[in-house]
Amino acid sequence: MMEFDAQAWVGVAAFVGGGIAIGFGAIGAAIGEGYTAAVANLAVSRNPKLSGEIFKNMLVGQAVAESASIFALVVAILLLFMDRGNATMLKAAALLGAGLSMGFGAIGSGIGAGFPAGQACLGLSRQPAAATRLTTNMLIGSAVCQTPAIFSLVVAFILLFMDFSAAPFNPTWAALIGAGLSTGLAAIGSGFGGGMAAGSSCEGVARQPETIGNVTTIMLVGQAVAQTPAIFGLLVSFILIFKVFPETTQIQTAMALLGAGLCTGFGGIGPGLGNGMAAEGAVRWVARNLPSAADLMRIMLVGQAVSQSTAIYALVVSLVLIFVV
Amino acid sequence: MAIEGADIVKAAAFLGAGISMGLGAIGPGVGEGMTAAKACEAIGKNPAEAGLLTRTMLVGQAVAESTGIYSLVIALLLLFVV
Repeated sequence: MMEFDAQAWVGVAAFVGGGIAIGFGAIGAAIGEGYTAAVANLAVSRNPKLSGEIFKNMLVGQAVAESASIFALVVAILLLFMDRGNATMLKAAALLGAGLSMGFGAIGSGIGAGFPAGQACLGLSRQPAAATRLTTNMLIGSAVCQTPAIFSLVVAFILLFMDFSAAPFNPTWAALIGAGLSTGLAAIGSGFGGGMAAGSSCEGVARQPETIGNVTTIMLVGQAVAQTPAIFGLLVSFILIFKVFPETTQIQTAMALLGAGLCTGFGGIGPGLGNGMAAEGAVRWVARNLPSAADLMRIMLVGQAVSQSTAIYALVVSLVLIFVV
Repeated sequence: MAIEGADIVKAAAFLGAGISMGLGAIGPGVGEGMTAAKACEAIGKNPAEAGLLTRTMLVGQAVAESTGIYSLVIALLLLFVV
């Protein structure tokens, strides 16, 4: 009787997880690519002679933005069709966690990668001579935006393929769902924020192509800081997946682990976005006022550090939930 | 396994602590980032006032931080006191 129940629940978790993975995972890339297409239209109307170049650039940029939802599609297909043999109730929790991680995790990167692609198209219409530099900058910026989605993919794959059959059901089920939520939610802000920084750097390169060295550098520094909340999410996910939790009958241990995942996950959204906004402001103004680049870099980092503080509080509360209470 | 009322209350307190700090971190993060972006704009427009602008930014961010600290306090109360 129990064997049958576990088998059924694993199937339920796989199908629900697959739906969540591609349902949420499709949001980001669609918005990002729509933004790119909208701005590309604007660019063509400004400079119709370059429509071929702009069209090509639009497609390349959209292809990068698409990768986040392709990850989600891969995870969804795996959830639907992979071999679900050796079913345990924990496997069901792991599959649901995988779907949550990849579904939420693709939102930010998909939207974010649309910004540099759109701004590169607009930049082409303004500054056709800088085409190569714009495309290079766009590709670097949007590649970095994908990192949070890749973190989510890694967590989803671990949850899909690791064998949890030796672990006790309670509280490990909550740890696995929490692990998916932690990286998935935290990736939203970092992907979106990194995209904002990349978008304004493409705008800046189009405005002043000779500032590309400084603009790309400060974009990368800003994006790296904007990535930190997603890295906190990944850290908490890894602790939740790989730490061995002793068996317990108490519900509060499970809720503490689920709460830890939610805390770092939600807690990473705001700081990721905020760090991206700060980087966007700094990059935009480095292109306009190169002599102040050092001041701008400094104030960006100070501002990001303050914005980061709440993600650090969330990380601390999560670690207390996992290790102390 | 017999779950008593006190266990459920404790479980809710732990889950609530995570949700409190997690959702509470969104606002300050976004708000402080906006402040930093505008401070960058202001320094780009008027680099001579970088010191004053940094100070203004930090004071503004400190105020925006307060709600994040409220969340932290509530989370710690839920974890250790309630």
